[in-house]
Amino acid sequence: MGGAPQRPAKIRIQGLNKVFPAENGDFRALSGVDLHLGDGEFVSLLGPSGCGKSTLLRLIAGLESITSGSLEVDGRSLDGPPAGLGMVFQRDVLLDWRSILDNVLLPVEFAGGRRDDYVTRARDLLVQYGLAGFEDRHPWQLSGGMRQRAAICRALILDPSFLIMDEPFGALDALTRDELNIELQRLWQTTRKSVLFVTHSIAEAVFLSDRVVVMATRPGRIVETIAIDLPRPRDLAIRETASFGRYSAHIRDLFERHGVLRTKPS
Amino acid sequence: MIAGRAPGLLRRIFRANQVVVVIVGFLVVWQVAGTIFKAPPYLLPLPSAILAELAARPKIYAINGAYTLYNTLIAFALSTVIGVGMAIAIVYSKFLEKTLYTFLVALNSVPKVALAPIFVLWLGTGDASKIGIAFFIAIFAIVVDAVLGLRSVDPEMLDLARTLRGGELKVLLKIRFPNALPSIFAGMKVAVSLALVGVIVGEFVVSKQGLGHVILVSQGVFDTTAMFGAIFVLAFLGTVLFYGIELLERRLLPWHVSHRSQRASTGH
Ligand SMILES: Nc1ncnc2c1ncn2[C@@H]1O[C@H](COP(=O)(O)OP(=O)(O)O)[C@@H](O)[C@H]1O
Ligand SMILES: [Mg+2]
Repeated sequence: MGGAPQRPAKIRIQGLNKVFPAENGDFRALSGVDLHLGDGEFVSLLGPSGCGKSTLLRLIAGLESITSGSLEVDGRSLDGPPAGLGMVFQRDVLLDWRSILDNVLLPVEFAGGRRDDYVTRARDLLVQYGLAGFEDRHPWQLSGGMRQRAAICRALILDPSFLIMDEPFGALDALTRDELNIELQRLWQTTRKSVLFVTHSIAEAVFLSDRVVVMATRPGRIVETIAIDLPRPRDLAIRETASFGRYSAHIRDLFERHGVLRTKPS
Repeated sequence: MIAGRAPGLLRRIFRANQVVVVIVGFLVVWQVAGTIFKAPPYLLPLPSAILAELAARPKIYAINGAYTLYNTLIAFALSTVIGVGMAIAIVYSKFLEKTLYTFLVALNSVPKVALAPIFVLWLGTGDASKIGIAFFIAIFAIVVDAVLGLRSVDPEMLDLARTLRGGELKVLLKIRFPNALPSIFAGMKVAVSLALVGVIVGEFVVSKQGLGHVILVSQGVFDTTAMFGAIFVLAFLGTVLFYGIELLERRLLPWHVSHRSQRASTGH
């Protein structure tokens, strides 16, 4: 064991392997993964499709069990989803039959809380995320970007200490995506939640993160972790600076060396 | 502007009363063809004669129609409640899926009408046997469609629910069940027609009242017009039941995809 980490660990993963049993030989989805997420840290997982990013998130969210190695969240190994976790997926998975407000309040109902205690907070979140006036609309009446904003509000309603986001902006257009990147950075700076963020956009990862964990495929593994020493708050123009460019070039280089053909987000 | 709207308005009136327009059209064709080809009334009476018969003895048709309707509604309600209950049990239990569901699917291919006399044997000659056979015929549609709806939940939605740590009852009540409602309604629309079929079949086997009874008795005295009178009332009941459920569905599930497009097209 090395020296004590600077911040208490939100997630500590050591020598993790994940194998999916299959009839024609087992499939090794993750191999020898070591990962540390400090409390209040923003870390991105960056890698090509199929390198096991979602699998790793599902393990951390307690939705799937590890094959070997160790995985601790808040110092405890998991036997189900941990408390205080907010999750955002690539698809918003809002419930069609609920209004936007009621969708945001869903976690309250699951947690057995009193709805009335959270209505004000839900409305505030919706205002903050540009959804004022849409509280009583239904998901299908909103654009993709607005729906994803609502999904983020839903993840935040119980004020989780820990956010897991699996390519949350992957299906959105570039402008909406930029906008949401700014909002996410603001959220993180004001609340200092621990965030584990999956993307296959190099720029998005560098822009948002304290550290970028670069993954490669076959087998899914971590090839390098890069600390991003760029001042915060960052604005979008930082993407045109030389230091930002150096981080991007380095990561692109890593992908090329590890035989990842697609080095740009699709 | 008003001139430009007129065809749209006509179309809208037609759409709203589509069923009525189609049925009236059918009756007119029947009336005209029957008159031209001089169909013998003991084989195929004219619609005008059938309507006259209904107007002449409204009480007979009303009382017997109400009786048939009452048993149909009881059988339909029972099949819906018990069918959805069974579907939930099947979705949550691998054992019940392998036994009960497999058995139901196998049983579904048996011509269930053939079992009507057995129900009379078991439940007697009164209402119970009619309700029993109607329930038995209708429940399959409910179970099959409800199982389908309860199962077809987005797996990511279920993952999200698991991370919310609310327990399976909440997943059922807040996610699976509402998600299954469109499918359950589809089953109900089929089931309500089947329940009516079931009650009539029960009445054919043995009865003292009901539209099935009216048809049998009229057949015995070669009163074809009265047989068709009862059939008209039956057709009316079946149509009203079907559209009643569709109306309920529209009210309860305005969010469902099949209703959105209609809203958009009639919305402005
Ligand atoms: N439940 C599963 N069973 C079998 N194989 C799986 C399962 N989940 C994921 N995989 C496989 O694991 C690999 C990694 O998948 P995933 O974690 O979704 O990758 P990513 O999110 O990086 O695109 C893929 O090859 C995928 O097919
Ligand atoms: Mg993925």
